[in-house]
Amino acid sequence: MKALVCVKRVIDYNVKVRVKSDETGVELNNVKMAMNPFDEIAVEQAIRMKEAGAVSEIVVVSIGPKQAQETIRTGLAMGADRGIHVEHDGELEPLAIAKMLKALVEKEEPGIVFCGKQAIDGDNNQTPQMLSALLGWPQGTFASGVELNDAGALITREVDGGLEDIQINMPAVLSVDLRLNEPRYASLPNIMKAKKKPIDGTTPADLGVDPAPRLTTLKVTEPPARAAGVKVASVAELVAKLRDEAKVI
Amino acid sequence: MSFPLTPEQDMIVETVRKFVETEIYPYEDEVERSGHVRPELAEAIKAKTQEIGFYGCNFPEEVGGAGLNHLEFALVERELGRGSMALTHFFGRPQNILMACQGDQRERYLLPAVRGERMDALAMTEPGAGSDIRGMKCHARRDGSDWIVNGSKHFISGADHADFVIVFVATGEDQTPRGPKKRITTFLVDRGTPGFVMRDGYESVSHRGYKNMILEFDDCRLPADQVLGDVDGGYDVMNTWLYATRLTVATMAVGRARRTFDMALNYAAEREQFGQKIGRFQGVSFQLADMITEIDASDLLTLSAAHRLDVGLPANREIASAKLYATECLARVTDAALQIHGGMGLMNDLPLERFWRDARVERIWDGTSEIQRHIIGRELLRPLGC
Repeated sequence: MKALVCVKRVIDYNVKVRVKSDETGVELNNVKMAMNPFDEIAVEQAIRMKEAGAVSEIVVVSIGPKQAQETIRTGLAMGADRGIHVEHDGELEPLAIAKMLKALVEKEEPGIVFCGKQAIDGDNNQTPQMLSALLGWPQGTFASGVELNDAGALITREVDGGLEDIQINMPAVLSVDLRLNEPRYASLPNIMKAKKKPIDGTTPADLGVDPAPRLTTLKVTEPPARAAGVKVASVAELVAKLRDEAKVI
Repeated sequence: MSFPLTPEQDMIVETVRKFVETEIYPYEDEVERSGHVRPELAEAIKAKTQEIGFYGCNFPEEVGGAGLNHLEFALVERELGRGSMALTHFFGRPQNILMACQGDQRERYLLPAVRGERMDALAMTEPGAGSDIRGMKCHARRDGSDWIVNGSKHFISGADHADFVIVFVATGEDQTPRGPKKRITTFLVDRGTPGFVMRDGYESVSHRGYKNMILEFDDCRLPADQVLGDVDGGYDVMNTWLYATRLTVATMAVGRARRTFDMALNYAAEREQFGQKIGRFQGVSFQLADMITEIDASDLLTLSAAHRLDVGLPANREIASAKLYATECLARVTDAALQIHGGMGLMNDLPLERFWRDARVERIWDGTSEIQRHIIGRELLRPLGC
């Protein structure tokens, strides 16, 4: 079974994101970029399933500017087999991304698609669900456990109330959550091998998708700074403040 | 700062930095407060390093290393320099002097060191012989085909974890026009060899947990096959292999300077005094400007010296310049970063006071700044007959 893993190049999670002074977006100049952490977990899951013999080939896909190839190379250095880069400069919305991924799925015919549950830049949490709908495939979102069985796959999902187990048919689209695994480092031998692994290039036009955004961003601003809290001496004081000042009880 | 690195080299940097941030940073406070590295923590770091194929990465592939070139290894060391030396010690980089192993020494020392089965340490310094190795008193005399070693060594880093030590010992003396000069031989000495004891050294202001040890030899008998390289060939062994340690000090200084700088930059952008961010005061922003300029210069000087080694150009002067400049830069950067943080910089809640203390030794070990200047001056003037 072939696995397709979708990865996105985002601002490194250690970087403190700053809004551009003209309020058109966030500052990307001289900012360290890295693979979306949830996507790393997706790559790791595919590699583990390959090591267990359940997956035969891992294809890493990224859509974005030329530098998105670095993110694909990271996936290859972790142990994926080859990459596909859909080159596009400028903003992309989840539906356009899902349409492009659908076109790639139809071409590559994987048995399973892995995505991170969301990217840490836009935090949209939409692409995997849209892809599943466009393909008409089952979806297992926020997966913290993946177990293949004769009937398909048993997915453990992280939901508000706890964990939920669902049995889904294959092929399927999975979006992975933080606790599914701990991604490995790119190993030195794999880093050296990554260069020889192929990355195919394509474009939204080749895939028959119009990537133009349907939404216009008017302004990007920092959230208002939170005011400092106060310490109360007793429960009675707390209740009084909640009633008289906050007026919530 | 950018230097034209290949995508592979970029990924090496990424991987090692991530490793240091994830596997080293969280344990630094523990080492600072306890003064030692728990054996299970040391083993865990070693095992993870081996898992990602970086253990012994400074060694060529034919002996089981990763075959990184000097530039790539400098990048690895630079990123490791960000973390506590006591901990990054277990991201094993055995002394490349072990490449001088011959015959069955390869099986006994070189290969197990690269595989991480045996750890090494290097012993040269003595109480009376620091920069001036001619003052070396630790000596060996022949007894049949064996050697009998007597004397002591101090400041021996990493020896507490070493299974064997590479020791430089005087094996005679020649008269030269510039006075007597010791003949030096390099020996491989196993821990536990009768007549050889190791004991704790001094409490150092720098690199807590990265212990320095005292070695004592009392009629320690070593068979002839413990000689590394040729008898009386110690200087050759040093000249062939020891340049690497100076370059390592330089690159690690660059990594630590950059980590320190990042803290100062972020603090300047956030700390408010007199109604504005302190970075808006030129007294602070000019310090940051000087810091980053010097760090970038150190980085380029260091990588360029490593690159010269890769392309076979003479690099002795350049390595000395890199070691001198990068370590002096680290001292200035850690001092300025602490100043920008004000009183809080002195408190051990932040790692700045540690960076400041750790920086001090870098201008001393592996050749003091004065010795580096001496090398640079000599390399410049000797060809002119001066």
